[in-house]
Amino acid sequence: MIAPAGEALKRTALNATHRASGAKMVDYCGWDMPVEYSGITREHLAVRTAAGLFDVSHMGEIEVRGPQALALLQHVTSNDVSRLQDYQAHYSALMLPKGSAIDDCVVHRFAPDHYFLCVNAANTDKDFDWIVQCNSFGAEVRNVSAEYGQIALQGPRAVEILAKLTDAHPGDLKYYWFRRARCSGVDGILARTGYTGEDGFEFYFPPASSAQLWNSLLDAGKGVGLIPAGLGARNTLRLEAGYALYGHELDPETTLLEANLGWITKLDKGNFVGRDVLLRQRAEGVTKKLVGFEMIDRAPARDDYPVLVGGRKAGRVTSGSPAPYLKKNIGMAYVPPGDAVAGNEIQIEIRGRLAAARIVSLPFYKRSK
Amino acid sequence: MYPPELLYSKDHEWIRVDESVGTIGITDYAQKELGDVVFVELPKPGDHVTASESFGTVESVKAVSDVFSPVTGEVMSVNGKLQNTPELVNSDPHGEAWMIRVQLADRGEIDKLMTADQYEAYLEQAKAH
Repeated sequence: MIAPAGEALKRTALNATHRASGAKMVDYCGWDMPVEYSGITREHLAVRTAAGLFDVSHMGEIEVRGPQALALLQHVTSNDVSRLQDYQAHYSALMLPKGSAIDDCVVHRFAPDHYFLCVNAANTDKDFDWIVQCNSFGAEVRNVSAEYGQIALQGPRAVEILAKLTDAHPGDLKYYWFRRARCSGVDGILARTGYTGEDGFEFYFPPASSAQLWNSLLDAGKGVGLIPAGLGARNTLRLEAGYALYGHELDPETTLLEANLGWITKLDKGNFVGRDVLLRQRAEGVTKKLVGFEMIDRAPARDDYPVLVGGRKAGRVTSGSPAPYLKKNIGMAYVPPGDAVAGNEIQIEIRGRLAAARIVSLPFYKRSK
Repeated sequence: MYPPELLYSKDHEWIRVDESVGTIGITDYAQKELGDVVFVELPKPGDHVTASESFGTVESVKAVSDVFSPVTGEVMSVNGKLQNTPELVNSDPHGEAWMIRVQLADRGEIDKLMTADQYEAYLEQAKAH
């Protein structure tokens, strides 16, 4: 995904820090981002066994406030916002009329009239424009992305590391809950959320404090194996955990039910954008279904490779990669619903030859506690 | 720094020529660019390779890269170790991680390749851009 020609890449406040550490940088949706520092495999394994530190400041943040905030969010997202308590968050989708998503997101509730959304870097402006367009309710909607840097600390040692830098009792914060906290002298929003399948935290804070926070976290964690981790490991980690990546498993043509996101689709909460399509699909069935697969033959499947079932063209790989922790080659793909059965053999066309693979249940990896 | 007994191509392959047999692999520069190698796909003995054309792939976690043959000829043997230990490409790119041995069809083709000094100069120049 490349920046429009002639436009300079956007940089997070940690750009110089990443470059100074020798990170391999890549153009990610118009941002100059680290894809790896010491190796994708090493970084991936560090997150699974110790901890990894991610600069995710390119992600977007949108604030929705006012007495109509809940009504707007109920209308434009798939999950039931009325079930959130103060300082609770949930995974959700920003909805399009076709029952598909313009983005996936995490919705955080500070108060009944104050919400904070974290959205994908690639979609921030589109998401903001869409929420504004849907705002017949008169809620206040602000794109506050420039006001926040974001760092993710993920792994079994995350609590132990963070506890050295904050009085906020990170170990007591429940999964998908958040609080205001001061970490390493920096005030921000501390959430027990993440995209890796491990325990961990995402911290939102003023970007000017980025280097201070980054360096103090690395320092606090160096005794227990904390290393910086880039977008390469971020992708392999989320894939092992069976998480969707917008633009791959999710796009404007794919409904939430097709994407295995029925669990964040609360059809009974009341009306919302795309609900009628989803109600129909719930009754009549979907035309494709997302599955996970692992390779039987040796070569890894890659994004966009054709998928066949019994010699029939069945779909394409949405995400395919070696899985560094599981030591297998895995992927996700859309297949006809009748073929979407764990144990079924499928074929992946890998550079002109058919390779055997098997459908498996998602997630590929689940942490043990 | 680069072994002087090898010759090098612009696509970052190396070849050791013994009489009419060439042993081919990818250079240290190439393995660094790739990152952790997880899979190598090579031809079979008896296959034909053509100068400047792909004879296989090397895969890192993130990407698939073609490997180009510096010479034309017939594959005589293939390094079986790379099947189970592809990481040899990272740890010993110029030695243990040789990929194929080829019977050269035209020994004159090696004149188009670079010496170690020339390859190092080529890398310096590439860095400057």
